[in-house]
Amino acid sequence: MTASVAIPEKASALDVDKIRRDFPILHTQARGHNLVYLDNAATSQKPQVVIDALVHYYETGNANIHRGVHYLSEKATQDFEEGRAAVQRFINAAHSGEIVFTRGTTEAINLVAQTYGRTHLRAGDEVLITAMEHHSNIVPWQILCEEQGAKLRVAPINDQGELIVEEFAKLLGPKTKIVALSHVSNALGTVNPVKRLIAMAHAKGVPVLVDGAQAVPHIAVDVRDLDADFYAFSAHKMYGPTGIGVLYGKKALLEAMPPYQGGGDMIASVTFEKTTYNKVPHKFEAGTPDMAGVVGLKAAIEYMHAIGIDKIAAHEHDLLEYATEKLSALPGIRVIGTAADKASVLSFVIEDVHPHDIGTILDQEGIAVRTGHHCAQPVMDRFCIPATVRASFAVYNIRAEVDALVAGIRKVEEVFA
Amino acid sequence: MPELRDLYQEVILEHSKAPRNYKEPAHTNHKAEGYNPLCGDRFTVYLEMDGDTVRDIGFQGAGCAISKASASMMTQSVKGKTKAEAQKIFARFHDLVTGHTHESDEQLQADLGKLAVFSGVSEFPMRVKCATLAWHTLEAALEGKQEKVSTE
Repeated sequence: MTASVAIPEKASALDVDKIRRDFPILHTQARGHNLVYLDNAATSQKPQVVIDALVHYYETGNANIHRGVHYLSEKATQDFEEGRAAVQRFINAAHSGEIVFTRGTTEAINLVAQTYGRTHLRAGDEVLITAMEHHSNIVPWQILCEEQGAKLRVAPINDQGELIVEEFAKLLGPKTKIVALSHVSNALGTVNPVKRLIAMAHAKGVPVLVDGAQAVPHIAVDVRDLDADFYAFSAHKMYGPTGIGVLYGKKALLEAMPPYQGGGDMIASVTFEKTTYNKVPHKFEAGTPDMAGVVGLKAAIEYMHAIGIDKIAAHEHDLLEYATEKLSALPGIRVIGTAADKASVLSFVIEDVHPHDIGTILDQEGIAVRTGHHCAQPVMDRFCIPATVRASFAVYNIRAEVDALVAGIRKVEEVFA
Repeated sequence: MPELRDLYQEVILEHSKAPRNYKEPAHTNHKAEGYNPLCGDRFTVYLEMDGDTVRDIGFQGAGCAISKASASMMTQSVKGKTKAEAQKIFARFHDLVTGHTHESDEQLQADLGKLAVFSGVSEFPMRVKCATLAWHTLEAALEGKQEKVSTE
């Protein structure tokens, strides 16, 4: 599918044709059709520059970092630390030492729960999350609460899928020791007013962790403007490689936290009697990290900057509005998540047809969507549905692909008529 | 290329819209719950066992067209059968939907009857768990197991 199909693309500042040429996988076939990839909230596709960066690293730059005195180790260390600096600039952190590399958002959240959480939570204390969290921002806190005898409190959402801010404020009490919330909901697309929520928590002296996995691909994020204490995200949802993610933490907080895992690189000195830990961020990076992943993440950041994050956001917003309008016009369709402020995600159900069946029929047309509970079962329970179909957009998607989705849904109606 | 109509045969669609034995039989003495955590499909299978024989069977729950039709047609096929016969039908059905069968259509029809319409599932590996969820649940009910059955 190309933009030359006779469907008008909105006049956009983006050269989407050119962008589509940057992604080799968009020119492959699925089930005999041109691939229509609308599962970007699960993972985005990778541009050639990111793929090339990985190959180039292994072909010319591979060595272990922070160890050898030899040429390649020095070069790899430099590449790795340049990657950290690129992430620092990407989210406007004050110091590169505030950027901890993890395997992804999930590991970043677990890191905070198991270090900051274990240090600061005692029996009777509370962790406050929201009803729209991904399992990865629920379960680490449940584990922590179980260990410490603490309580997990959940701020509710309304029928549009928006956080009820007054209820959030009420739950923010003297026992709250940390707040953890998503910047953008993966199941509903809701953009939370995180800056305001963080200010509310800070007024009570409570630090905030933001799960930014679904935000960084779509919104320019400035952790200092938000005043986030912790901000977690993954490279693979923002055109980067899998297996690498980021935990941003304010320096004073990171420095006061105990290490997460023990091993090489996170130590200053080791004897059998006593080990002293390395300074941040290395204290939290035990073992050989995903060096190629960091190089790939840097390439992804540069790729997004070259396009312009605001332009990406505007293009995706146009697609989301177009798709919402087209799908809402179809009979029997109910959009799940109709918040005033949304990004990228269009979740829906069709009357009397299970999302799993819809997914299979769309797949036969080469259309990739996610069907299921999206690792957000409490959100499904809130809307009294077992699952949804989720289409999620990236910078390379076009209106013609939305039209393909609409045609696919008509096919669903034919089969189940 | 697998064809959609091979999967969504008329009989399957019809059973998914109007499932048979969608009830809890009055004299239920065995039951089990089945759950597929990946898609949220959830069924309870109820049995009235008379010694070794399935005197009555019913099911309730929610799931996709494939899982619901499979549950519905399962209840029809094992009603009146002994535990061993029901287990044998499941074994043959499992072979059918996972593509581990090389018999002629006639033989399949003889062994499985109407259940042969599920042969298309074998072309859709992601849907095998949908087709077998109710059967795994039946197996647990026959064994009198108490814990919830999960496809994972």
